[in-house]
Amino acid sequence: MRRESTLVGRTVSKTIKYIVCIFLAILSIMPFWIMMMNATRGTYEIQQNSISLLPSTYLISNFKVFEGKAFNPMVGFKNSLIIAGGATVLGIYFSCLTAYALVAYQWRLRQPFFTFIMAVLMIPAQVSGIGFYQFMYRIGWTNSYLPLILPAIAAPAMVFFMRQYLLGALSIDIVNSARIDGANEFYIFNRIVLPIMKPAMATQAIFAFVGNWNNLFMPMILLTDKAKYTMPIMVSLLRGDIYKTEYGAVYLGLTLTVLPLFIVYFALSKYIIAGVALGSMKE
Amino acid sequence: MLMGPKKLKSVSYAKYGYIFSIPFVLAFLIFTAYPIFYTAVIGFTDLKGLGKTDFKFLENPLQNFEAVWKNPSFQKSLENTAIIWICNFIPQILLALLLTAWFTNQRQKLRCQGAFKVLFYMPNIITAATIAILFNTLFGYPMGPVNDLFQMLGIADGPTEFLRDKWTAKGIISFIQFWMWYGQTMIVLIAGVLGINPALFEAAEIDGATSRQVFFHITLPSLRTIMLFTLVTSLIGGMQMFDIPKLFLNGGPDSATLTVSVFIYNQAFSGSYLYNRAAAASMILFVIIAILSGILFYLLRDKDAGKLKKQMRELKKAQKAARRAEA
Repeated sequence: MRRESTLVGRTVSKTIKYIVCIFLAILSIMPFWIMMMNATRGTYEIQQNSISLLPSTYLISNFKVFEGKAFNPMVGFKNSLIIAGGATVLGIYFSCLTAYALVAYQWRLRQPFFTFIMAVLMIPAQVSGIGFYQFMYRIGWTNSYLPLILPAIAAPAMVFFMRQYLLGALSIDIVNSARIDGANEFYIFNRIVLPIMKPAMATQAIFAFVGNWNNLFMPMILLTDKAKYTMPIMVSLLRGDIYKTEYGAVYLGLTLTVLPLFIVYFALSKYIIAGVALGSMKE
Repeated sequence: MLMGPKKLKSVSYAKYGYIFSIPFVLAFLIFTAYPIFYTAVIGFTDLKGLGKTDFKFLENPLQNFEAVWKNPSFQKSLENTAIIWICNFIPQILLALLLTAWFTNQRQKLRCQGAFKVLFYMPNIITAATIAILFNTLFGYPMGPVNDLFQMLGIADGPTEFLRDKWTAKGIISFIQFWMWYGQTMIVLIAGVLGINPALFEAAEIDGATSRQVFFHITLPSLRTIMLFTLVTSLIGGMQMFDIPKLFLNGGPDSATLTVSVFIYNQAFSGSYLYNRAAAASMILFVIIAILSGILFYLLRDKDAGKLKKQMRELKKAQKAARRAEA
């Protein structure tokens, strides 16, 4: 009798758990699903009923609304790709280099330098925004991609992650035998250490790329030339009055800005989830 | 790692430690340290107006700071930021803990955990700017998906103008933040649970502890450090909240969703170009963040770990002394 009741209790509690999880999953999907479906629907259809689980046939006519307007997803895509790509490559390479300096060499300031990196790990980017803008304005770097790419060279969080990885993965014997063979330190880093770090680089590259791709604050301050706008700035144009009546086009614009992210996410979700979990092991 | 017989040799390589750190240090000095310093300096000057870069120091150096601190909009923005953050963080951490307890329960394993994790985390990776405008559209008036849904389900008779109401607007922003971040927090907490020594759980099992007891007496205390980390990163992120309040309603209605970052942006780049006021506000924000993080670290510091560290240090000292005595 008692066993039966616990069995029933277990089934009930398990069912509740599944219901909650499925509800949360729907909550994650639903806004994006409605967005994508409405991207293919006409303004009149959306006015009649703005929720549809099935696509319609107005995709191309929605596309035509963008013609001659400031919102240009292709330009935004290209610009974001340059900035996010450049920042990711620089960030990864120099974070590995800094981490290697922290792990492989015995130098007097090693420990203080590491403590320093830990201390600046959490400095929020926004607090330096005004000084950064004034500085860039003075040297004529507004409307340039450089101030959005070069700061990636100093990425404390990434250095920290790379260091943790390297501590476990680097065998100093390999480095020493390369030295005996006459390899110099730069060669050793580029040809021996970097390949060892590939898994860590892949994980961090995803996060660095997505983070830079999504960044709004700095590009919005620095880029005033419409031809230089990044994807998130392009998105902000969809709030403008010209789109007040073009519902389908707004949904299509939003969809276009996140489509690349969805593709990347679902292709790499396994690694991304593992990376999030790994990133938490900061102790 | 380079200790031992190779020690002599490794000394000659020490300079590469410095050389390889140069790019990081230079980039940090140029793009982070100098701009922070420059922001602080601008806070004491008369720098305002589009395209201006030259400035004079004010006679009353604290004038901008006083003006910002007493500015009702700034006070409002601080209050909004705090309210929005709290209303997002508390449900976020509670839901994340609940899901962590479910997903790590060994006696009742849930299926499709991987798929659930992927879906719960998904909003986090999507551009916040897009999400802000998407939600603005979803809550549209007089017709929008949420209004249609409410009428379909019979919750409301006619369309509601959600975004006119101050508390609804704040609530929606809190919800967006919550929705974007609970998945991340959950994954981090699950990783934390997997890192707990399994012997603890086995011992509890042998002692006949219930799932609830295990969760409250083993899992939760062990997650302390990770939860502190989550709290601090969420707080620092929350204090800087910009993309969503800026693009969702641009601070409106009636400044109900104006956050500190949006205030700073609007001071400097929306019409008035008051760089000095914006800089002063940035510095105030910086100090507030530093103080709050300091308090959190102090309150929630791991006392045992501190003690252990101290003991280790004393032990090392004793060893050194012993070695010296031997020599």
